[in-house]
Amino acid sequence: MLSHLNLEATELRLGLPGSDDLPSTNKRPSPEDHQTPPAPKAQIVGWPPVKSYRKSTAAAKSAEAESGMYVKVSMDGAPYLRKIDIKLYDGYSHLLTALEDMFKLSIGEYSEREGYKGSEYAPAYEDKDGDLMLVGDVPWEMFMSSCKRLRIMRGADARGLASAQH
Amino acid sequence: MCMFQSVMNYFPEEVLDHVFDFLTSHRDRNAVSLVCKSWYSVERFSREKVFIGNCYAVNPERLIDRFPRLRSLSLKGKPHFADFNLVPHDWGGRVYPWIEAMAKSRINLEELRLKRMVVSDESLELLAKSFPNFKSLVLVSCEGFTTDGLAAIASNCKFLRELDLQENEVDDRKGHWLSCFPESCTSLVSLNFACLKGEVNVAALERLVARCRNLRSLRLNHTVPLEVLQKILVQAPQLNDLGTGSFTHDPNSETYVKLKNAMKNCHSIRSLSGFLDVNGRCLPAVYPICTSLTALNLSYAPGLFSNELAKLIYHCKKIERLWILDTIGDKGLGVVANTCKELQELRVFPSDLYGVGNAAVTEEGLVAISAGCPKLNSILYFCQQMTNAALITVAKNCPNFIRFRLCTLNPVVPDAATNQPLDEGFGAIVQSCKGLTRLSVSGQLTDQVFLYIGMYAEQLEMLSIAFAGDSDKGMLYVLNGCKKLKKLEIRDSPFGNMALLSDMGKYETMRSLWMSSCQVTLGACKTLAEKMPRLNVEIISENEGGAGEGEARLDDRDRVEKMYLYRTLVGPRTDAPDFVWTL
Repeated sequence: MLSHLNLEATELRLGLPGSDDLPSTNKRPSPEDHQTPPAPKAQIVGWPPVKSYRKSTAAAKSAEAESGMYVKVSMDGAPYLRKIDIKLYDGYSHLLTALEDMFKLSIGEYSEREGYKGSEYAPAYEDKDGDLMLVGDVPWEMFMSSCKRLRIMRGADARGLASAQH
Repeated sequence: MCMFQSVMNYFPEEVLDHVFDFLTSHRDRNAVSLVCKSWYSVERFSREKVFIGNCYAVNPERLIDRFPRLRSLSLKGKPHFADFNLVPHDWGGRVYPWIEAMAKSRINLEELRLKRMVVSDESLELLAKSFPNFKSLVLVSCEGFTTDGLAAIASNCKFLRELDLQENEVDDRKGHWLSCFPESCTSLVSLNFACLKGEVNVAALERLVARCRNLRSLRLNHTVPLEVLQKILVQAPQLNDLGTGSFTHDPNSETYVKLKNAMKNCHSIRSLSGFLDVNGRCLPAVYPICTSLTALNLSYAPGLFSNELAKLIYHCKKIERLWILDTIGDKGLGVVANTCKELQELRVFPSDLYGVGNAAVTEEGLVAISAGCPKLNSILYFCQQMTNAALITVAKNCPNFIRFRLCTLNPVVPDAATNQPLDEGFGAIVQSCKGLTRLSVSGQLTDQVFLYIGMYAEQLEMLSIAFAGDSDKGMLYVLNGCKKLKKLEIRDSPFGNMALLSDMGKYETMRSLWMSSCQVTLGACKTLAEKMPRLNVEIISENEGGAGEGEARLDDRDRVEKMYLYRTLVGPRTDAPDFVWTL
């Protein structure tokens, strides 16, 4: 029962972040079964029995969702990185509020001239070309498609970045 | 009885005709037509709506011959398992011959409802041009047409009231089918194009909605943005049924505020679906509608978190039908159980179809629903795990199930607590739910569950079995016990020739039997076909080689991969492709 379905290396999770972990049920079927049942997590043609229309719509959406929207977020001095899905945010203010919340800091007001004034931190990102850019300069859609990684910079580096842009 | 008969015969046919007008269900009409020859005759001239559950059980000529006054036809084509890719493409179920025959005989067709059929653009064009009073086209899980065919319908059907496309695979030619509705078209009551992938001309859509003052049901596709939805709702606050297109926007924008206001003005919406692309922060716009909703379908809404869903459902106190993804979680189902006291039908679909991640609902959610929703009578539940104890509790809480479909994501998973088969759980369901007409079982199951089904499921009409049972006894229990069985579909189960051949006459009382990856051999199928001339026994092979090669290669002792048999009045079908061999 080989499947023609494509097993993507990247898993898609559509559940609530931090949702309860369910007990795994990798129990093997009993040996008396006449049929050799498939391995618990193997792909079987037509299973689960979901209409192919529904499957193809879900596939289209998961393909969309998988296209690089999860990015790593590092903060200078923090021991480990976080990961966020920038597709979840409608714009810069939403994103920055989320980052402030996640890292328990305050980022300050963006201005084209001065970058992020009023705080020690500046949000920066690494774009497709590998350059370190200040968050907020380009339209949101363009940012979404070019952002590869986020970095919350602090201290002199942050101020240096802001002034280096202009 | 004799006296009654002769008294009834005194009634002129007009009176019988008038009496029969009150019979709307096709079952009643079928029963009535069997009483005597004169009733058969009166009934057949008065019947306007015909339902044919298997398009190959009869043919167009017989249909037209018997029911010349036909106005509304419902046809079903492919077997149910075709939904899950178990039936090869091109198997059959083409609607063209039916349309052609009705056109030739000048049938005054007004409604056509098709499920799992192949509908070509050519058929749609012929349909559009042949029936001047055509009013309603409903296509469910069909394929084979493009937006060009829809353009033909829009252009030609002057009195079109309903164009309802549900879950079809449509080739979108990016034409302007929607713009083909002429300015003179004001008759639309229902328009559903949610399954189309391509853009529509939104200006044409807005104008269409504005001039169809009787529009009650509108379901948009994902290309229609929220701004357009807002404008449409301002034009059509009288809608009963709304399918949103894309539902994502900046919630701080003026458009969103306008949308909220427009929705507040829609006092008649009872059914809501869509959200094909959704930003959870936009959901509060629908809260005012939620309080009067009776049906809600969020099963195509990607990426909504459990708490967002719960917040929405919290407002839906009158919901009777709810379709949702398992991202709602057991906790979310708890909210449903506490809030939706009118709930009758629940469907929980899997969200993680390709990965091997954790699905978010278990037996707990199901138990909560059964305890909280006393009116529950129909359920489709995809879950990670199940227990007998839970099913027994559910059976006790809800004796009113008419449809019970449980699907464990691992098809042979045993009871999560005891590691036993789920026989006892399903046994409790069939024993308690005396009105059960449809059942799908899954999980680790032995012959015992079929013993219970045969013993208790007296009203059962449709049964779906996968990866279950130990021996022929299982299938025999079902065939012998379920007197009202109409459709039996089995895959990957160890049922073989003994079960298949034990009661061949039974299959003439049923619509169809599907068996794939079971133990039946070609020889047994041949025997069955020979003894039962009024059944079509089809062997469906996967290979491109065709029946010729298939016939040569297969020996009578070989197992048959896929067998589909059905009763028919018209013998082997003439349109079978190479890979289908009717014995």
